[in-house]
Amino acid sequence: MIEHSVDVAVIGGGPAGLAAAVSARENGAKDALILDRNSWLGGILPQCIHDGFGVEETGISMTGPEYANMYTNAVKKQAIDVWNETMVLEFNKKLEITAVNKKGLHKIKTKSIILAMGCREKTRWNVLIPGDRPSGIFTAGVAQAFINLYNILPGKNVVILGSGDVGLIMARRLKLEGANVLGVVEILPYASGLPRNVVQCLDDYDIPMFLNHTITCIKGRGRLESVTIAQVGKNMNILPETKQEIKCDTLLLSLGLIPENELSKGAGIELDNITGGPVVDQDYMTSISGVFACGNCLQVYDTVDALAVGAKHAGKYAVTWKSKNDGLKVKSGKDVRYVVPQKITKKGTTRFTLRVEKSMQNVTFYVKSGGDEIFKKKLRWVNPANMVEINVDISDKMINSKKDLEVSIDG
Amino acid sequence: MVEKEITCIVCPIGCKIFVRMDGTNIKKIDGYKCKRGIGYARSEVLDPRRVLTSSVLVSNGEWPLVSVKTSKPIPKNKIFDVLKIIRNTKVKAPVKIGQVIIKNVAETKIDIIATKSVK
Repeated sequence: MIEHSVDVAVIGGGPAGLAAAVSARENGAKDALILDRNSWLGGILPQCIHDGFGVEETGISMTGPEYANMYTNAVKKQAIDVWNETMVLEFNKKLEITAVNKKGLHKIKTKSIILAMGCREKTRWNVLIPGDRPSGIFTAGVAQAFINLYNILPGKNVVILGSGDVGLIMARRLKLEGANVLGVVEILPYASGLPRNVVQCLDDYDIPMFLNHTITCIKGRGRLESVTIAQVGKNMNILPETKQEIKCDTLLLSLGLIPENELSKGAGIELDNITGGPVVDQDYMTSISGVFACGNCLQVYDTVDALAVGAKHAGKYAVTWKSKNDGLKVKSGKDVRYVVPQKITKKGTTRFTLRVEKSMQNVTFYVKSGGDEIFKKKLRWVNPANMVEINVDISDKMINSKKDLEVSIDG
Repeated sequence: MVEKEITCIVCPIGCKIFVRMDGTNIKKIDGYKCKRGIGYARSEVLDPRRVLTSSVLVSNGEWPLVSVKTSKPIPKNKIFDVLKIIRNTKVKAPVKIGQVIIKNVAETKIDIIATKSVK
């Protein structure tokens, strides 16, 4: 085993890993190392050739590859070491990483580890769609890589299940590449993706969206031949009389993303059942002191801009962490699905990111310490597809009271 | 007098903007949360445009494609003309990010530029 040592090691070289590593160096890390499986940096960004990245962060709308380029330049400037085509096998509480690449097996001793492993796409088997098992069924991200990186069109007559942003963007991409996009099927009464993507990806090209619909059957021997779609009732029950068969050769699945935390589980890090990511404190430190989490392995973000804010924060505190004390729990109250961070161990202005349970208008967010209201904010509308950010001032008094915090909505 | 409802695409918020028009004269714009919304709404009712992104074939490169974009938003009704030109274009590696791949594409006075480097 080849031994190394580094101040800050970052697992994953996607947008979160890059932002975290750059921030760690800017905030005084003596040296930093990024470990990534791929032969390139930027993770998913090079295949996201559409624009809209960095608008909130820089004021400029960049494409994915341009956004990646901005950060890889910063990585070079900060003299951050990058190991591509390197697989992390495990890490432990002593902050040692075991990784393997063509040069051999490595043990890396660190002062802190930042987790930035990203997420995976849900597949047909996560939602259990009945029917045959033909070829021609892809997750939207895989189809995106085929088209944008490898110049392969996955099919000609395409149905898309799920209206997440990747699904909407792929609907437009396929249309522009000459495929026939027959429709986007969404089980909810509204699109899961951003409003701007519904406009510029579907409306611009007259691609129909079937809201309150799902796929009930897949047919095909060898290649996909058709899908059957049907409307769902109020309790998500399928309404058999609305069934219709759509002839197609390709089905793309845009069903949502699952944070990737196999390594975190292996190390014994506490995970949040709702977010699927590690439980973290206000500095994004996990249940293992010195291990931080950011990006889509912490929680699935709406935009790279919001993701980068969190990743930079993790990178900064990875340089100066101290062993943690217990602190307060942050609970999700009425109509709040989850809150990150889940723990508060020190005073100061704390950025909470959260999601709501359902779409609502004119709501007020409350943060309570014990029963006392410590924060209040009104919003005109909220929906589960849009992450909400609030900045709450935490005082020493609240920390010392040892009373848990609760975030809730009075709609 | 007609009122058009527009969903702003400038940022992830997606404001609903209402534009009241008398023929081609804009009488009132509201519903936006920032100035960029006004500009977008005005353009959307008078001369709708989009930034078009696509990819161009690369020969002898580390990747078979280089991602590209229009240097400015192009008129919506030119999108498929521009795509046809992009599809018939091939460049030789290396390509540098920001490099002009097609000048004045489809007589729009707008260029197609590379959004990544390919060795």
